[in-house]
Amino acid sequence: MTCVAVIRFPGSNCEAETLAAVVRAGGDALLVDYRDTHLHHADAVILPGGFAYGDYLRSGAIARFAPVMQAVKALADAGGAVVGICNGFQVLCEARLLPGALQRNAQQRFVSRPVDVRIERNDTVCTADYDVGEVIRIPVAHGEGRYVADPATLTALEAEHRVLLRYVPVAGSDLPHNPNGSLHDIAGICNAAGTVVGFMPHPERLADRVLGSDAGQRFFSSLVRSARVEVAA
Amino acid sequence: MMVHVHVRIVPRSGLLDPQGQAIEHALSALGFSGIGDVRVGKAIELRLDAASPAAAAATARAMCDRLLANPVTEDFRIEVEPE
Repeated sequence: MTCVAVIRFPGSNCEAETLAAVVRAGGDALLVDYRDTHLHHADAVILPGGFAYGDYLRSGAIARFAPVMQAVKALADAGGAVVGICNGFQVLCEARLLPGALQRNAQQRFVSRPVDVRIERNDTVCTADYDVGEVIRIPVAHGEGRYVADPATLTALEAEHRVLLRYVPVAGSDLPHNPNGSLHDIAGICNAAGTVVGFMPHPERLADRVLGSDAGQRFFSSLVRSARVEVAA
Repeated sequence: MMVHVHVRIVPRSGLLDPQGQAIEHALSALGFSGIGDVRVGKAIELRLDAASPAAAAATARAMCDRLLANPVTEDFRIEVEPE
């Protein structure tokens, strides 16, 4: 059975929903402490949402140096699945496992509401169970979600199809479709192989029909199905 | 020798700084005129035991590169002041 480690940093607050989503998807879920130096028997890792280290200095800037991050980086380097959700995405950018940075929302406010995002590719570790072009409605909840990168990086991301999720207009809504001012409406990106993935929306918060929608659940079913790691010896 | 290190971190020019914009609007609303390019950053102060001011500056640069500033979004300036 695929085992997915969910890291708990001091200040993480989405680890319970994330663990539950993995279990619901048929995976074995393991909560791993940020002080651990290995990921036990996990095949994949999720850095969950929250406010690791209080977002002090910059979101993710201190979490990047937590002991467990060496093991996360080793897994990423070995081609293992590494997924960052919201604060986890911020940590992956600070750790240089993904390019760019997440800045204060353009409108200077914390935004907590559903958004519509389009799945731009389904050959990644956590989108295989979606169709390319499919639009799903899942929530965002962040104060610093405005994706920025220098023009050369943005051009490369687009050319290499490394934009995974993009905010798209919400039918019948007056709210801006891009909730934070992200460049190119980017909600999530990945590495070239689609094994290291980060995005701002929270699929784990809408992953059970009892909540009215399970639009986010397929991120976890995809991950559980695809995370077959061949760790380099 | 002990020195004081002042690190000033500012958003890289050309990047949207919504805090700076909000402050610029607020200053205009208060009647201050001729304002432009308001940018909000951080000031980090620390004491450091170093062989020389130049060595302290080099250490501070390393601190900025590794932790204090994000090269994607921020520029920094370092001042070293003997205690």
